[in-house]
Amino acid sequence: MVLQEKAAELRGDIVKMIHAAGSGHPGGSLSVIDILVALYYNVMKVDPKNPHWEDRDRLVLSKGHACPALYAVLADKGYFPKEDLATLRKIDSHLQGHPDMKKTPGVDLNTGSLGQGVAVATGMAIAAKYLKKNYHVYAIVGDGEIQEGLVWEAAMAAAHYKLDNLTVILDHNGLQIDGTNDEVMSLGDPVEKYKAFGFECFTVNGHDIDAITKVCKTPVHGRPKFICAETIKGKGVSFMENNAGWHGKAPSAEEVAKALAELEVK
Amino acid sequence: MGKSIRIAYGEALNEIAEYNDKLVVCDADLGHATMTNIFAEKHPDRFFNFGIAECNLVAEATGMAHAGLVPFVSTFALFGAGRAYEIIRNSVCYVNANVKFALTHSGLCVGEDGGSHQAIEDLALMRVLPHMTILVPCDYEQTKKCVKAAAEIDGPVYIRVARPVVDEITTAETPFEVGKAQVMKDGTDVCLMATGLMVGTALKAAEMLEAEGISCAVINHHTIKPLDAEIVRKYHEKCKGIVACEEHSIYGGLGSAIAEVIAGVPGGKFAQVGVMDKFGKSGTPDALFEAYGLTAEHMVEEAKKFL
Repeated sequence: MVLQEKAAELRGDIVKMIHAAGSGHPGGSLSVIDILVALYYNVMKVDPKNPHWEDRDRLVLSKGHACPALYAVLADKGYFPKEDLATLRKIDSHLQGHPDMKKTPGVDLNTGSLGQGVAVATGMAIAAKYLKKNYHVYAIVGDGEIQEGLVWEAAMAAAHYKLDNLTVILDHNGLQIDGTNDEVMSLGDPVEKYKAFGFECFTVNGHDIDAITKVCKTPVHGRPKFICAETIKGKGVSFMENNAGWHGKAPSAEEVAKALAELEVK
Repeated sequence: MGKSIRIAYGEALNEIAEYNDKLVVCDADLGHATMTNIFAEKHPDRFFNFGIAECNLVAEATGMAHAGLVPFVSTFALFGAGRAYEIIRNSVCYVNANVKFALTHSGLCVGEDGGSHQAIEDLALMRVLPHMTILVPCDYEQTKKCVKAAAEIDGPVYIRVARPVVDEITTAETPFEVGKAQVMKDGTDVCLMATGLMVGTALKAAEMLEAEGISCAVINHHTIKPLDAEIVRKYHEKCKGIVACEEHSIYGGLGSAIAEVIAGVPGGKFAQVGVMDKFGKSGTPDALFEAYGLTAEHMVEEAKKFL
């Protein structure tokens, strides 16, 4: 299966699992899924049979509310059975409303309180350097999330400690709960900001799996990497695309059917 | 002859470094005040400064803990426990991450820097976090024991490190066990249950009471969480009253923890000496203790009300 088809199938899983849960965040999950597919299928060194393998690359979904996308990928990779996806957000499920590293196999960090994940990820990268480990840490932040000051405290530290084993990826879909980034709190130019903080910066189409793969594999030395992934919130489901209203709302059964038809998946 | 609690902390780090290669220390531009500089000078490769950014300090240390290291985090208590509170809750305690907090400049004893820098609510904030162990040493030797014990616990620990040089009331040989309060002096009429710097003050109050023929026990609650509930129940039954003594708000600290144990006991006999519901201010530590009622005389007064 080509990865574009894989991503479509996982989009279907996202829509179905949020419908089954009755709540959740489809918009940001659909915007980030191609980034996760590129990382888990082309870039990262992981072993689903050994989720705590010390030398694995780490994925920190700092925008933790998009965890349905991560869960869909982890299930597909075999970290846990695909049937579990239907238990999302339900009592006693290992699939919490926001990622929990103690409950879900393959989740490298508990996230969801925005800004914290990317900062903890930076600490993971410092530890790798200190312990002379070769793993790489990938942290995915949302564009609303980078309004948090902690994101920039962590960026300063990442450059200070010359963390070329850290990649921060921005899922830049332009929308947050209350509207567009510019209506809520303008971000300015995130690439110029990260550049000013000392990162090697790249911009990529966040739905082009090959392009994301290529930029993730581009070596950078002596400084952290920042990738601005230009994305569309709700990507792949026409009625959710570019609509802040789908940030945190579950689709109805009819809407799921319509979405699956568009995605050409079951 | 008194000795510095903060220096005990720095020295303990160096001692742990000798046998624990996972130990690393993180600070936020206060190494010369928290005394982590004692460690940094000897182990520069194991010391990480994160600048004046306490939220990031805690988050970075958490990432290091997830990689198997044992990070000790230091800054002033108000900025560590206060400003970075939600990171401690969601990134550290939520998953029982192995991060140690040795936060200094707690309580009124900060002195002249004033109320903006005196954490009188840190114990309250830390107590409500599941997984958190809370230690409050009373002097130099006990500080070393707390720091070493914390390094061996698998999970977050908060150590309240006071600023001043204080009289030594324990020795290197005094037994220490996390969760087990220490009987500093036994007695049958009243019981002073103290923590941190107030342990020394309570011993002075006990002397004053004994001089008047009142038998007074002094218990050192160096562990605020898990509190030694058994000793609380024992002395509550044995004595005519318990006075909780702490350099902390009367809300949420040792006094509250004791009250939670004896709540519902018929004829409960309990009083508090602590910071009433107000902020600190500038002054010498002794002048502040006097102004806020954290004195042996006040402890005596409260204890006598039970007789």
